[in-house]
Amino acid sequence: MTLFIISILIFVGVEALPGDLTEAVLGQSATPETVAAFRKELKLDLPPHIRYLSWLGGIVRGEFGNSLANGRPIADLIGWRIGNSLFLAATTAAIAVPLSILLGIVAALYRNSFFDRAISMVTLSTISFPEFFVAYILIALLSVQLIIFPSISNINAQMPFLEKIHAIVLPCLTLTLVVVAHMMRQTRAAIINILASPFIEMAKLKGLKKTRIVIFHAFPNALSPVINVVAVNLAYLVAGVVIVEVVFVFPGLGQLLVDSVSKRDIPVVQASGLIFASVYITLNLLADMLSIISNPRLRNPK
Amino acid sequence: MEETVTATLSPICVPLPAHADTPKKGGRLRLGLSGGSTTDSLDPATIPDAVPQSVNWSLRNNLVEISADGKPVPELAESWESSPDASQWIFKLRQGVEFHNGKTLDAQDVVESINHHRGKDSKSAAKGIVDPIKEIKADGKDTVVFVLDGGNADFPFIMCDYHLTIQPAGTKGAEFEKGIGTGGYMLVAHEPGVRALTKRNPNYWKEGSAYFDEVETISIADYSARTNALKTGQVDLINRCDVKTVHLLKKAPGVQIVRVTGTKHYTLPMRTDMAPFDNNDVRMALKYAIDREQMLKLILRGYGSVGNDHPIAPSNRYHAADLPQRKFDPDKAKFHLKKAGLSGHTFKLHAADAAFGGAVDAAVLLKEHAAKAGIMIEVVKEPNDGYWSNVWLKKAWCTCYWSGRATEDWMFSTAYAADAKWNDTFWKHDRFNQLVTAARAELDDAKRREMYGECQKIIRDEGGVIIPMFADYVEASSNKLRHGKLAGNWEMDGQRLPERWWFA
Repeated sequence: MTLFIISILIFVGVEALPGDLTEAVLGQSATPETVAAFRKELKLDLPPHIRYLSWLGGIVRGEFGNSLANGRPIADLIGWRIGNSLFLAATTAAIAVPLSILLGIVAALYRNSFFDRAISMVTLSTISFPEFFVAYILIALLSVQLIIFPSISNINAQMPFLEKIHAIVLPCLTLTLVVVAHMMRQTRAAIINILASPFIEMAKLKGLKKTRIVIFHAFPNALSPVINVVAVNLAYLVAGVVIVEVVFVFPGLGQLLVDSVSKRDIPVVQASGLIFASVYITLNLLADMLSIISNPRLRNPK
Repeated sequence: MEETVTATLSPICVPLPAHADTPKKGGRLRLGLSGGSTTDSLDPATIPDAVPQSVNWSLRNNLVEISADGKPVPELAESWESSPDASQWIFKLRQGVEFHNGKTLDAQDVVESINHHRGKDSKSAAKGIVDPIKEIKADGKDTVVFVLDGGNADFPFIMCDYHLTIQPAGTKGAEFEKGIGTGGYMLVAHEPGVRALTKRNPNYWKEGSAYFDEVETISIADYSARTNALKTGQVDLINRCDVKTVHLLKKAPGVQIVRVTGTKHYTLPMRTDMAPFDNNDVRMALKYAIDREQMLKLILRGYGSVGNDHPIAPSNRYHAADLPQRKFDPDKAKFHLKKAGLSGHTFKLHAADAAFGGAVDAAVLLKEHAAKAGIMIEVVKEPNDGYWSNVWLKKAWCTCYWSGRATEDWMFSTAYAADAKWNDTFWKHDRFNQLVTAARAELDDAKRREMYGECQKIIRDEGGVIIPMFADYVEASSNKLRHGKLAGNWEMDGQRLPERWWFA
């Protein structure tokens, strides 16, 4: 249902933009006759609601249709790109999630210490810089000056796995720097919040070590908010990294979406939009489920 | 005009000149180019920008090719001749040329490839160019006859247009994406907006051409990403250098800057059918109110040459070099504005960088220049998105660019003649239109030169366009790459770089 509403919103949104694909593709060389012939060939001369319904009919049957601009099947266009996007997101998540949770716990453990302040300052600075700035700094240092990693990450299907990993180190690092702060601060805040509860007081009075209290007593109870913020960041890693894709020439889904919007290639925009929406919905659903599982109080409603 | 500036050459990389000039085969050329999009297609009818242009010309050939000297030379056509009035053209095809799929080229392939752009259902960007063709017929296997609706002495030039490549007969729809042609490279993989990989066609008919084993064309939209890719050796050549930073790139080790002055020019078209630009005094006032030298220096950093309010480049055959260069003259500007009775009027100039990089800056600069002549200009910043459909040809005064055309007639009949499809100044000048039609069919060179000279003068003094400057094509490459004389009809050596360049 949500996806259906989203698909309508995207369709109306792109339709409301001035111009259409024929004018965008032909650009300066468009004439009224060629535009009309092109529209007819692509069935863009039909009224919008009919085009939407025929698209919807295709989706229900599991067909994404073809790109209007070059006639390629949209499933082909999107398939390997979503693979790339997920690859980048997964690699980043594999580094960023454990790292930020660890940092969050340590920061909570040594609250207000020098370490806590240093971590906060560093992560807050990296999140405050625009992504492209972080990206350019990393390129300047690690690619141009030190020549360790490539400055562009144009991976393709034929590359061996290790070569791919080497190619995406810089975008991965950029994204890690951008998302760590959010997750780390949420973990820290949640744990500190829990540390003020009576049962922690009890544990302290029992004489348990501080590390044990934080890891075995406080952290499991802080999981719910942490899971939620991780889910939001994972969704961002899949759907929100267009700028990083452009800077590193990474063939992900974001670049396809931007190009398709600027050329008004509606079916491709629709399909990409639906995939992004599904990612958000799935991850949020997963987050809700996991927080329920992690919290006995939510598991047994009274 | 050409110039190659080599920044730093390590001693090993400088062999004797004679050796450097001898092309040799091998290597993988990696191009990092702006001008690609995920929506690109290899259907020649809708090829929009640099990346598909370059890929298409690696895969396919035209009937005629523009040489580095700007002359039409035989490509798939072996020779051609015209009727005395230049209204009928007969092209003899080269024998034994094979497509990548093994089919032998014949006249039917040519007829269908050109017809792909003609007719009522054509969606081709080249429709306007092939419109004057009344009839095409195959005469046997090796001869194609074109009948035009009037004489055109420059018709062979028309056959060089990048849309008019030759595909096997019967190619349609998705089959265009396979990239089958007669060109020097064959398509291995193509992901629009990401990369195209081609390998040398072992069977290529053209001697001394297509030296690389493989050519990988990578789309890199972001200029910083292109520069870094070149500096870190991930690509061998990048196009569309930012002239603001090219002096820094020049200092990078192993990098050479390649610049060519071609026919590309920036324009400020005024709609002569709309007030106040329907008054030639207003147009003259604005033409005198612009400091071209400074604009060239600030907007293009000198990578170009000043324009003289007509679209014919110094590299064109019939460029009127004797026409005096228009200069910044606030007094004359004031005089014309006063004569038009519009002193104190504010002119709106619609600008967006979609027209050309730096268009908005150029508009603001013009505003400053004009202020010195007491002319007030308001710069209206327009969105890049949809600029060509919403602003250009619609607003009374805007920013625009033209890649220029190989011939005077082509340029005039595209954008200046009364019935031209893209007459963006909506200009109608009887004498000019007569001259263009007469010169088109004129085979006497001296007479044509005189006629085109007058055309340029008329546009300069009565036309609706301000042409402040011609812009160079600026590319940067690894200094391991070598090339011959550079063509200026398109960027990247006339878009034929993959088949004309080689590794030292």
